[in-house]
Amino acid sequence: MFSIFTLFALLFAFYLTFHEWDIINPDKPFVGLQNYSRMMTDTDFQQSIINTFYFTGASVPLSMIIGLLIALLLNQGIRLRGLFRTMFFLPQVTPFIVIAIVWKWLYNGDYGLFNFYLLKAHLITQPLHWLSDQNLAMPAVVLMTVWAGIGFSMVVYLAALQAVPEELYEAAKMDGAGGIARFRNITVPQLRPTTLFLLVIGIIGSLQVFTQIYVMTNGGPVDRTTTMVFFIYQAAFKFYQMGYASTLSFVLFAMTLVFTAIQLWLYKKADQ
Amino acid sequence: MTAVPVLDPVQVDAGRTPDPRGRSRRTWSHRTRLAVVYVILIPFGLLFVAPFVWLLSASFQPVSDIFSWPPQWIPAHPTLDGYRQFFGAGGAQAGVWFLNSAFVSISVTVLQLFCNSLAAYVFAKRRFPGRSAIFLLFLATMMVPPQVTMIPNYLILQHVPLFGGNDLFGAGGHGMLDSYEGLILPGCVSAFGIFLLRQYMTSIPDELLDAARIDGASEFRIYAQVVLPLCRPVLAATAIFTFMAAWEDFLWPLIIISDPNKFTAPLGLAMFVMKNQTSWSVLLAGSVIATLPMVVVFAVFQRQFVQGIAMSGLKG
Repeated sequence: MFSIFTLFALLFAFYLTFHEWDIINPDKPFVGLQNYSRMMTDTDFQQSIINTFYFTGASVPLSMIIGLLIALLLNQGIRLRGLFRTMFFLPQVTPFIVIAIVWKWLYNGDYGLFNFYLLKAHLITQPLHWLSDQNLAMPAVVLMTVWAGIGFSMVVYLAALQAVPEELYEAAKMDGAGGIARFRNITVPQLRPTTLFLLVIGIIGSLQVFTQIYVMTNGGPVDRTTTMVFFIYQAAFKFYQMGYASTLSFVLFAMTLVFTAIQLWLYKKADQ
Repeated sequence: MTAVPVLDPVQVDAGRTPDPRGRSRRTWSHRTRLAVVYVILIPFGLLFVAPFVWLLSASFQPVSDIFSWPPQWIPAHPTLDGYRQFFGAGGAQAGVWFLNSAFVSISVTVLQLFCNSLAAYVFAKRRFPGRSAIFLLFLATMMVPPQVTMIPNYLILQHVPLFGGNDLFGAGGHGMLDSYEGLILPGCVSAFGIFLLRQYMTSIPDELLDAARIDGASEFRIYAQVVLPLCRPVLAATAIFTFMAAWEDFLWPLIIISDPNKFTAPLGLAMFVMKNQTSWSVLLAGSVIATLPMVVVFAVFQRQFVQGIAMSGLKG
């Protein structure tokens, strides 16, 4: 089963990249590198790569930093820690599609809660059309993704924080190190493997962003939120260009490989 | 010690206590710090809960109230219409979507537990030529984004022989597209699951298995009665992850399912957003129901869940 759906599929995908393949026409001509050369000049696809990088560059660091801050706060020996943890973790146990639907409503230009409270606080003078404004659509999607992703990095960071030996802090205190010094010299280095893990997992995951795009913006306005996977999806299942879509998917594969390689390299370096 | 922005009576008291100076200062700063932590955490936490509260509240409101300005947090005219329509008049298929989702998610979970653990057992405890090479190959596939295999898998399913109107050579019909099998089978093994389980199984001492072997237990019996019970914590964690991932999977059902009777819950909801822009009460009721199974699974298995994240997360 595994061999068919993963290994064979992978080879098949590679084979597809050299063909013009639509599912209706029985004729599947071999086209050599045509798909690849088309990709090189496809400015729409290049735009989708830029959009994906924008999305990744904004959402991954933000959700990690906020997740770390919350984990640090939760680690202060406060009461009701379990309750707080569950609150922040709630988006993680909600189907993503539901989150996307709710946020689509929150962003609604005429009735959404965002506009209501921003207007009330006099931060804006007229309602913003979050998801249909060219400059706001991507930040809006990023904000929603960060909100949904904080819980994961928080839980992972919290587990890592609790694994830091208490003696290290005690010893530093004895030496007169202040809170900030202790954080910089003990917490940060101790959390490095966790940070690395979250960073790579986060990057790989958000290179594949799809659901929120499909539900909230459908790639628009004017392709401003068309990400790589959304573009590939359209090429394959809207225009039925299986060969070309496969070619594009290998770009995604290559990027994933690069980030995995960087991760392995960093792990090795950390071991030495 | 003088400038305290937050005037909490408890803190003021703490400052006045006639304790020895040092001790008093410590509790003072400790309490101030805790107060600051709460002051940050509570509004932040509310930001995380608010959308859910609104969702729940709005799902009990008639459409006219959902579209009210200002937004209502407490339903002025509470109604079950959204839920009623979701299962009844508005979309008779909606109930079916949830059954579909339940069937598919449970099947995927059960199959994965079985296949993953069996494969993991073989990789962990059986010796055969090329074992580490094959295992490495499995691991390497973890790096392949699912979007790379989704296109060929679509074509493979389309051409499954003797299925869905296909002939012996897989031509003529639609194969496993638009079928439960198509939803379930590609998800029934996971390299990541095999990896987690194998790591855990390697720590089981070989002597235990040898003892069972001497007692005449068959290889399958050793797997099922000796190894599996010992792996319960990992199995529980992977089962929860698998179920949740299968329940909220969206892209794959979107691609291969077109018959509304075979929609899964997320797909059904998404199609609802696309088509009926106005029936928000129905949509929100459906969203609440789609969230319930995951929240229940999480509430019941919270400990295993968080442990599982730490387990897979920290070992990377």
